[in-house]
Amino acid sequence: MAALIEARGLTKDYGDKRAVDGLTFTVQPGIVTGFLGPNGSGKSTTMRLILGLDRPTAGDVTVNGKHYRDHAAPLHEVGTLLEARSVHTGRSASNHLLAMAQTHGIPRRRVDELIDLVGLREVAKKRAGKFSLGMGQRLGIAAALLGDPRTVMLDEPVNGLDPEGIHWIRHLLRDLASEGRTVFVSSHLMSEMALTADHLIVVGRGRLIADTPTHEFLQQASGNVVVVRSPQADALRGHVLGPDVTVVAREPGLIEVHGLTAQQIGETAARHGIVLHELTPQQASLEEAFMDLTRDDVEFKTAAA
Amino acid sequence: MSTVAQVTRLVPMPPGRVTQLRVIRSEWTKLRSVRSTRWSLATAVVATIGIAALACAIAAHHYAQMSPHDRADFHPLEVNLAGVQLAQLAIGVLGVLTITAEYSTGMIRSSFTAVPKRLPVLWAKAIVYGLTVLALMIPSVLLAFLVGESLFARHHINIPFSHPGVARAVIGAALYLTVVGLFGLGLGAIIRNTAGGISAFAGIMFVLPPLMNVLPTSWNDAASPYLPLAAGESILSITPGNHLSPWVGLALFAGYAAAALAVAAVLLVRRDT
Repeated sequence: MAALIEARGLTKDYGDKRAVDGLTFTVQPGIVTGFLGPNGSGKSTTMRLILGLDRPTAGDVTVNGKHYRDHAAPLHEVGTLLEARSVHTGRSASNHLLAMAQTHGIPRRRVDELIDLVGLREVAKKRAGKFSLGMGQRLGIAAALLGDPRTVMLDEPVNGLDPEGIHWIRHLLRDLASEGRTVFVSSHLMSEMALTADHLIVVGRGRLIADTPTHEFLQQASGNVVVVRSPQADALRGHVLGPDVTVVAREPGLIEVHGLTAQQIGETAARHGIVLHELTPQQASLEEAFMDLTRDDVEFKTAAA
Repeated sequence: MSTVAQVTRLVPMPPGRVTQLRVIRSEWTKLRSVRSTRWSLATAVVATIGIAALACAIAAHHYAQMSPHDRADFHPLEVNLAGVQLAQLAIGVLGVLTITAEYSTGMIRSSFTAVPKRLPVLWAKAIVYGLTVLALMIPSVLLAFLVGESLFARHHINIPFSHPGVARAVIGAALYLTVVGLFGLGLGAIIRNTAGGISAFAGIMFVLPPLMNVLPTSWNDAASPYLPLAAGESILSITPGNHLSPWVGLALFAGYAAAALAVAAVLLVRRDT
């Protein structure tokens, strides 16, 4: 049985507020699947539904073919890091991990290994309440890996980590996926997901917006904007304009072409003997593109937006 | 920090199933690894023995000056078990905290992620906490009795362990305190909030009985023995009075605790976390 997460029409209401709205998706093994959406778009709720911490109002979600609670060894199926703190503040990191390990008969040796792996050895006997956000994340990741799980599900894992920690997480995710595990990671940061995820499930206001390979999503999201610098910019403009193509003049000799790839523009320029000084696909506006895509789905907009 | 390559080098874990026994072991680790446990249980033990010693010493000292009426009212066993009054507060509050602290810190999400069927967690908490309280309080009440007994013996006002009902009352005190702890745990699991849980516990145990005075006397007299505190404490008494017979009273109190745990169990499975 392949390790995968399957949601079908997953819906959750809290009072009269719909947090998750008819989500249907499958998370595949062997790759990193990013779960992308603005804050408040239902990512954490979806993860709680997957774990059975909350009950769906409608729809269903299974892990490796069963409801999470029906697995005999749940920590072996799914290792979880939730965004919300899930540790008793008065207990030491090592006792926290030990208590979790004991529910599955996981030996203390494994707890020690994980403490070393996440770099918490020096503070393992300290109360978890004294931990920084980053140390808390590391403890949560150690807990997630306790059961050598087939599926790893992490909610905003890079939150509060320093650059070294972020780097470490990215490699950890790759590593886990390359071992054939299902890796499901949420983030509200498009740029972060662009670096780590092979596949994206994008949500806004609890609804599915996209379920697509990351590179395709990036292409669509960046909307084929190409910056062209040319002494004959005006001439080029005339040649590339078409029904789906718009050109914005930014300054003399510098135009922004929407709707064509850099390759298409370069070839057009060559056909007409136009000199190009620069031809740059715009990927810098990823975050903006993501906001465009989810604009209607952002629950709380700032007054200025 | 370790290198990424180490993840793959970790020893793969054989799949270990969740069993009730394993959850019990886990709950024992949880109980012994937080400060509130040590403080509350130390308070209970010190109160049981210390207050007994203090109260008995004072009573023994004053006995010579007591009026015949006071002497007639004097029950050495009551003085012996005076510490139970404070111990029950510490044990009940810790019972509430055992579960509400998991909700306030978010630990409950870890607990229910590891044991998603949830009920084994509640049963394990009840078993571990119940046995811990019992194991600590049996020697404590025996010691409290022995201390009082030796203080009273000098004035020949002691009541021997072999006296009818004394052994039952002394050991019963430990059983009573165990049920107090389980009642607190049940209320905590229903209410899921520390302040609310402690208020409910204290309210039902200590505020409800005096409130009964607003009722007509005949109603009050009829109903009061059935309240949790009165029912439970009937195990401590070796004198007649308006209370249930010792074992019936304790059984009724245990019934209240069991009912609280049963309601908690139903809610635990149904509610979102």
